[in-house]
Amino acid sequence: MTDTVTQLCTLLEPFNGNGTVISATTDISTDLNIDSVTVMDFVMEVEDHFDIEIPLNVLSETRTVADLAKVVEARTRKG
Amino acid sequence: MDLLAKLAPIAERHARIKALGSDAVGVVNEKLLSPTRAIIDGRETILAGTNNYMGITFDAECIAAGQKALAEYGTGTTGSRIANGSFALHRDLEREFAAFLDRKHCIVFTTGYQANLGMMSGLAGPRDTIYLDADSHSSIYDGCTLSGAKLVRFRHNDAADLDKRLARGEADEGGGRLVVLEGIYSMMGDRAPLADFIAVKKKHGFQLLVDEAHSFGVLGPHGRGLADEAGLEKDVDFVVGTFSKSVGAIGGFGAGDHPYFEMLRYAMRPYMFTASSSPASIATSIAAIRKLAAEPQRRRKLAENSARLFHGFRDLGLELGCNEVSPVVAVRCPDEPSTIAMWNALLKAGVYVNIALPPGTPNKLCLLRCSVSAAHSDADIDRIIELFGAVVAQGHGKKVVNG
Repeated sequence: MTDTVTQLCTLLEPFNGNGTVISATTDISTDLNIDSVTVMDFVMEVEDHFDIEIPLNVLSETRTVADLAKVVEARTRKG
Repeated sequence: MDLLAKLAPIAERHARIKALGSDAVGVVNEKLLSPTRAIIDGRETILAGTNNYMGITFDAECIAAGQKALAEYGTGTTGSRIANGSFALHRDLEREFAAFLDRKHCIVFTTGYQANLGMMSGLAGPRDTIYLDADSHSSIYDGCTLSGAKLVRFRHNDAADLDKRLARGEADEGGGRLVVLEGIYSMMGDRAPLADFIAVKKKHGFQLLVDEAHSFGVLGPHGRGLADEAGLEKDVDFVVGTFSKSVGAIGGFGAGDHPYFEMLRYAMRPYMFTASSSPASIATSIAAIRKLAAEPQRRRKLAENSARLFHGFRDLGLELGCNEVSPVVAVRCPDEPSTIAMWNALLKAGVYVNIALPPGTPNKLCLLRCSVSAAHSDADIDRIIELFGAVVAQGHGKKVVNG
């Protein structure tokens, strides 16, 4: 696991109500059974943890932890 | 694959709700008796979940105005104002609302939902950024999506958080910035801390829109909403509102002073490509806005009723949506099955309130949401408090084990 994926898994843990083992391939919404508002709340935590901006527009193409890690890494470099 | 197969989880949840009693999301008002009374399941019921803040829906003058418009202008407009032209009534309504709001321009929409779709998508485009409060109404989210703008969500009612997010986006070149707030948030009943946000506006220089859907007619010395109450209207660039609450009709409006404001008519698809409001609805809205201007006692009575319900619930020890008196009084409940059970018990006892469940609520809360009307009597409010005391405060508020 990359460092970003590890950090995302840790950030995701408080939203993991059903005890799923979280990894890079975890689908954030369907595997953890969390609704759209909760996904946005999680992304807000990610934004603040990495001090980056993740517009809601990119979320429609971001399903797994690995997808989100790519977004985070691209935006961390940019900043 | 069947396209509707994905709706199976919704079907299961709906069936679970119905199995616990009445259909909490499909209540039928068999007969309306007044702004605050209906027959539901054959029983006379106090309506405390209809956003009928001014209690104006059965006003004799509004009804007469609607009847006259039906006779003079017919049943419908049969098309959009761009294609079919406006009726004189549309322009009358826009003039009346602009005057009431003390704004240079006002554009009316067919529904409040479309007002937000139209304003967000007309004001912001793909090169712009919209900063929206996390607890924004779905119509704001949907309007933002329609705009194609970059969307950044900030923590609810947190001006410092908005400040931080604006600073993060500052490196981006070009594009305008729109910040969207609500006067009163529909689920919890709390107001935006407008002065704090305007301090951030002075620092960053964005344009500000306030959706006064639940505060229009309700707050402020003139009933214009939160910005009127706070004395900060000159710092708000655009106002949005609806006719379906305090105005007692259906429709919505956007207003502002910008010299290009009228050009939004040719840039807002939810305005251009839908039929304009029906003559009766426009006429009752005109009559209602005159009443709101002429009868400030409606606002005073609403404030008194809201305070009575708020303090009554507090005295019962109920945990409420916010710590200020508001016409939206939400009671926090432990979980979904107990909320559904309590909602059913309240309905059977003769009071209709809204059930609000995630993801329609912030922070996964389960709520029994009341909206107060100026037309509620003191006895109505006391009865609602009494029933919440019997159903919610005593025993039922505990978690339901099965479910």
